Amino acid sequence: MISSLSTVLSPVLAVEIPYWGQTSLRVLGGLVAILLPAGGLVYVYLFKMMSFMQSRLGPMEAGPYGSLQLLAEVGKFLQKEDIVPAKADRLVFLGAPFVVLISTFLLLLAVPFGPDAWFVDLDTGVYFAMAVSSVSVIGILMAGWGSSSKYSLLGGIRAAGQLVAYELPMILAVLGVVIQAGTLNMNEIVFAQANGEIFGFGGIGNPYILTQFVGFAVFLIAIQAELTQPPFDMPVAESELVAGYMTEYSGLRFLLFFIGEFATAGVFSAIAAVLFLGGWYVPFLEPEHNLYNVLGPLVLMAKIFGVAGLIFWFRFTYPRFREDQLQRLAWKFLIPIALVNIVITGVLKVVF
Amino acid sequence: MISLIAQITTGDDLLVAQNIFWWFFALVTVLAGIKVVTTDNIVHAALYLVIVLAGVAVQFVFLGSEFAAVTQVLVYIGAIVVLLLFGIMLTRGSLGDDQLVDTERRGMGALVALLLFGLMAFSLVDGFEDVVLPEDTRNLIEVEVPIDTDIDDDEFIRTQRGSDTAAIGDTIFESYIVPFEAVSVLLLAALIGAVVIARKE
Repeated sequence: MISSLSTVLSPVLAVEIPYWGQTSLRVLGGLVAILLPAGGLVYVYLFKMMSFMQSRLGPMEAGPYGSLQLLAEVGKFLQKEDIVPAKADRLVFLGAPFVVLISTFLLLLAVPFGPDAWFVDLDTGVYFAMAVSSVSVIGILMAGWGSSSKYSLLGGIRAAGQLVAYELPMILAVLGVVIQAGTLNMNEIVFAQANGEIFGFGGIGNPYILTQFVGFAVFLIAIQAELTQPPFDMPVAESELVAGYMTEYSGLRFLLFFIGEFATAGVFSAIAAVLFLGGWYVPFLEPEHNLYNVLGPLVLMAKIFGVAGLIFWFRFTYPRFREDQLQRLAWKFLIPIALVNIVITGVLKVVF
Repeated sequence: MISLIAQITTGDDLLVAQNIFWWFFALVTVLAGIKVVTTDNIVHAALYLVIVLAGVAVQFVFLGSEFAAVTQVLVYIGAIVVLLLFGIMLTRGSLGDDQLVDTERRGMGALVALLLFGLMAFSLVDGFEDVVLPEDTRNLIEVEVPIDTDIDDDEFIRTQRGSDTAAIGDTIFESYIVPFEAVSVLLLAALIGAVVIARKE
């Protein structure tokens, strides 16, 4: 099995990259693929779009048009003291942000950036993504419990209840795509969309948002809830729980939670883009073309920003749900809709 | 995941790395397993259980069965341990050691564990004594994949490469469809039963 990166780089560098070199390149690529979208999302949406929607300018001082504000924020958090509460369960408290981050990094593994530009070509791509996304719940519960604070504990329990509830509609929404593509492999799902035809017209492929728009809507709502962002931010509701499971965290570890939230937003947007918008594929260019190994990541990045734009638009627009409304939405509304979507997709798959 | 394993098993010197990691993960799993039963803190026990289950998932990866590994993570870590932690934190949120965890029925527990270990070890050794995993676990399972001749060569290779995930799907819905449906109905009955008991008004 030839590795992705050596396939991409060998013609350029004319050398066979050793195993350790490939692994280091993968780690480096992973860091870039996590931090670049996360930073971009924070600046474009959290700093600027939110400010404009609230009739203000947002950060303007650091760098041209406030573009270096993010670095200033990171510098600020790094300088702050990393406080551990006296009665906290030390190891659990210290480890929690890393468990959340590990979940995000593992999630990235399944995302393809081009026909040969992937981290690991997983047969079980989508399934793997759904599985590792559920690991972050353990990190949040660790943070909530280890802090030894009532706000943290309540926030952690609320977060766990919410994440477990919204994992189901998320998985069920994805199933429609899997049935239609006939594979779990994310790269093959992209190929299935690129080679698809709409009533015999194959020019722009067949992005699954056209047939799976119900799944796309359910998936977007579910990832919004998975990110514990408004309107699903009961776990970190500042008016009643200070900051929920993050209350006792400061300095670097708070920064890790913060990066984790926006990196997860980026990776989930990437997964939504791959499943419903055709991933790295652009219309009118053959999916086998070698250009995609360079163009693919850029296309995917654009699609990530498109999907994330929707997520953050909802975030800045809607007021917070009450806890019972939030659970009712998941169990009584989204899950039945997703199930009906699966049944209809299955029937149509057999008929056509 | 499987592609990583295939890579590891191609060169002789890289097999060393695989062995080192196998021993590392095996030791971590066993040590965490011991900590699960010896720690006095019930939340710590649940968190050590996460390490044990993750270690088992890693062993599945080493065996080249990606699907089983992912299922292990999704079902045991993502669902069961989360519910376990959730239940513990809802009912008793106390930090520190919990005296109730350490019971007097240690001897009985050890006996049952020993018997179970003996039974499973015997059946595994008896059943798989002479089985040796092939060098490349990717081709462990032969699958017939429908060949679509309309597509280019590159795509052709993509769909032809059999995967154990597809094989598992085919076996469940062809050979084992009756047990699968029976288990589904059983789980549904358990679910409805739990709701009925919990909603007694």
